[in-house]
Amino acid sequence: MTITLHVNGRDHTLEADPSTPLLYVLRDDLELNGAKYGCGLGQCGACTVQVDGRAVFSCLTPIAALEGRQIRTVEGLGTVDQPSRLQAAFLTEQAAQCGYCIAGMIMRAQALLDEKQHPTEADIRSHMDANLCRCGTHMRILRAIRRAAGLPSTEGF
Amino acid sequence: MRSESLSWSRRDLLTAGGLVVAFSCLSSSRAFSQLAGGGEGGAGSKVVAPNLPGSLKSFPLLDAWIRIDPEGRATVFTGKAELGQGIATALWQVAAEELDLPAARVEIVTADSARTPDEGVTSGSHSMQDSGTAIANAAANVRMLLVAEAAKLWEIEVAQITTDGLGAVVAPDGRHADYGTLASKLSLHVSAIEDAPRRDPNRYRTMGRTLPRRDIPAKLTGGAIYVQDMRLPGMLHARVVRGPSVGTALKEADFDAAGRMPGVVKIVRNGKFAAIVARSEWQAIAALRFLQRRPWQRVERPLPVDSFVDALKRLPTRDIVVLDTHDPAGPAIHSVSARYSRPWICHGSIGPSCSVALFAHGEMTIWSHSQSIFDVHRAVAELISLPPDKVRCIHVQGSGCYGQNGADDVSADAALVAIAMPDTPIRLQWMREQEFGWEPLGPAMVTELEASIGADGKIVAWKHEVWSNPHNNRPIDAGGYLAGQEVTTPFPIRAVEPIPMPEGDGDRNSNPLYALPNMRVIYHFLPDMPLRVSALRSLGAHVNVFSIESMMDELARASGQDPLAFRLAHMQDPRARAVMTEATNRFGWAKRVPGDGRHGCGMGFARYKNIGAYCATVMEIELERETGRITVRRVEAAVDAGQPASIDGIRNQVEGGIVQSLSWTTRESVAFDDNHRTSFDWSGYPISRFSDVPGGVNVHVLPQPGLPFLGAGEAAQGPTAAALANALADASGVRLREMPLTPDKVKTALGAI
Repeated sequence: MTITLHVNGRDHTLEADPSTPLLYVLRDDLELNGAKYGCGLGQCGACTVQVDGRAVFSCLTPIAALEGRQIRTVEGLGTVDQPSRLQAAFLTEQAAQCGYCIAGMIMRAQALLDEKQHPTEADIRSHMDANLCRCGTHMRILRAIRRAAGLPSTEGF
Repeated sequence: MRSESLSWSRRDLLTAGGLVVAFSCLSSSRAFSQLAGGGEGGAGSKVVAPNLPGSLKSFPLLDAWIRIDPEGRATVFTGKAELGQGIATALWQVAAEELDLPAARVEIVTADSARTPDEGVTSGSHSMQDSGTAIANAAANVRMLLVAEAAKLWEIEVAQITTDGLGAVVAPDGRHADYGTLASKLSLHVSAIEDAPRRDPNRYRTMGRTLPRRDIPAKLTGGAIYVQDMRLPGMLHARVVRGPSVGTALKEADFDAAGRMPGVVKIVRNGKFAAIVARSEWQAIAALRFLQRRPWQRVERPLPVDSFVDALKRLPTRDIVVLDTHDPAGPAIHSVSARYSRPWICHGSIGPSCSVALFAHGEMTIWSHSQSIFDVHRAVAELISLPPDKVRCIHVQGSGCYGQNGADDVSADAALVAIAMPDTPIRLQWMREQEFGWEPLGPAMVTELEASIGADGKIVAWKHEVWSNPHNNRPIDAGGYLAGQEVTTPFPIRAVEPIPMPEGDGDRNSNPLYALPNMRVIYHFLPDMPLRVSALRSLGAHVNVFSIESMMDELARASGQDPLAFRLAHMQDPRARAVMTEATNRFGWAKRVPGDGRHGCGMGFARYKNIGAYCATVMEIELERETGRITVRRVEAAVDAGQPASIDGIRNQVEGGIVQSLSWTTRESVAFDDNHRTSFDWSGYPISRFSDVPGGVNVHVLPQPGLPFLGAGEAAQGPTAAALANALADASGVRLREMPLTPDKVKTALGAI
């Protein structure tokens, strides 16, 4: 079928099977690298993007459900030369090792910050629980989110 | 922001296979000489200059490492791969420092079989020792030659000349000559000397500082930086067809029907090897899912489903005596014996392994995120029956591997598909369940320790036995790949060998660094592997250090001594004492509240392999007795990795190691029945999430100006595991020795509340 998706502020009209998960359309048709294939099961969050502001697993979301919705990927936040506030915070904190999870982490954190300007530490941890990191970069990711949210950088529960 | 992003033009592609430039690093005949990569994978390249430091031993010619262009910019070549551990940034800082160039004028090229020296596997925390040392000394040689060239030009003494850190050589009277001009008069196709003057650590401009990692900006903005992100013109998507896990096969896959599915271009078959090739990734997945609906069967012997400790201990052993010392010592007053263990665990990369391969003009190019780029180069050449000079393997970043995950096998899979489809770039990624089902696991291990204390409270005897499968099964020939056993004519499987100490594999770190009398350490090497296993970050050190450092606490507790004081009383190495002191001071060890049933503190220490980085970790935990749940409130760690190249690079690695080791130690264990692995997704193999990680982790890097590099990537795995068990014992009086220390085990051990 022909479908029009609104991604990062632009309309894209494409031909695809309506059951195709958004992830593959983003990566293969729109050539966006941010959302990653991690599990295809909604268990790891590497594919996280925003749909109408909320964090969703793009690996589980068929494009048939997305016409007329606002889709935002990490590419829609900022660029290397003009990073968004959250991307800049990740850069300052050097919050990546292999970084395969990081675009998904940023998009999930962005959804929290869009909804809640001043989240608590508990809000951040609970919101981010859906996304996995294997390198153990969690402490830096938390610092980056705190920095972007204007929270003190001190750690602890 | 600086950025590294990859792009591939058609021109790059057409020339990719042919870019095998003949230059000074093609002298890589193999010999057992040095343990490049800590002894993992194939033997290191042949040593031709044993007097030179690091990998210069095998590649003494300067232009194998460094070229200077007419504009004075340097290109530096390393045989090590950027795995997300930050090595490309660290080596870049090393090169900039010793060349005395601004970092912005230095570029770095990482592991590529056609362009860089073969420095073996990027493993064993060896990259700084192997490549950092080589690049530092090669750069010092280049700088020395530039200065000598200027001295000749100006007819003055070398000693009067300096470099300005901006790319020029400067005379006392103010005359300048830029590097580009001087380099154009020089040949760098000359051998390094071993004592080229190094930069004074007190005047370092780049090394030992924290520069932002070069690869992070692209990772934060969706840049094309991973092998998973490669899109070559005309590229097709492939999926490999296998049973659910190692030792299984699909019974009667209907390949004809799969071949008729939308978008499917070809089914590539070679013996039992099969792969689907489709125009889009989702079409390839749909065809794979169709084939996977058919029943499967076990085709190898059943998996051992009884206690893994029993399963390991009944395997035939080859015993290796690691230590057998005999010293005069007083009689034993108190003895403690204990058994410690860890089950099979996963690498658990977040991104399933992926590779891109292209066979064109008779040459194969493989883009791979394997840590073993040079072994992939040779072994895949054997698999696809091409001479190695017709195969090029280029490292491209992927999801972290942490040892041998699926990255090697998927490279072989992609190449087998590509050779069947000339002129067509093939991108093959494993599915999540394939990564869990087919990756080589981190080996299960058992140790048994017995130690005795004399009347003076000091250890008088120490015995450590360790049972382990080999950890070094990285493929070094075609028989080492899954596909190598599946093709029409399978390749022979090489006999497994242990890595000799001091690197060791299952016995890595089984020899305590403490000054102990009467030590007997035995490695029961178990060549017969019931489950597919290979290298996982730190190899046997995770379990051996867990065992030693748990036993140190058990002995301290049994004799009423403070765990820190007890360790220091047995430690002579001043650098080991310094990291223990630093970490405990930062933690406030002396003022800690004694374990009270719900809170506790513990520490762990090791020098990785007794020849690498020193690391001490100290932590405070909270124990929820009702559920057995352990929460790590804070961790303080101290690391001595010699001269740091990048302070924050070391902190990042050690922080990550601590969080990863806590996950291994508290919750991880591969599930299987007698037919197959049953951990095939993150619900069947849970790892730490944000709600599980510590409240805070602080890593302190000791400065150590000018001391030799010691890689830090694996230093925290063992000490962290022990610190956790010791903190639990401090909190509750309960000693758990069998990993993982799950809430259920803790609750059971605590008994009725």
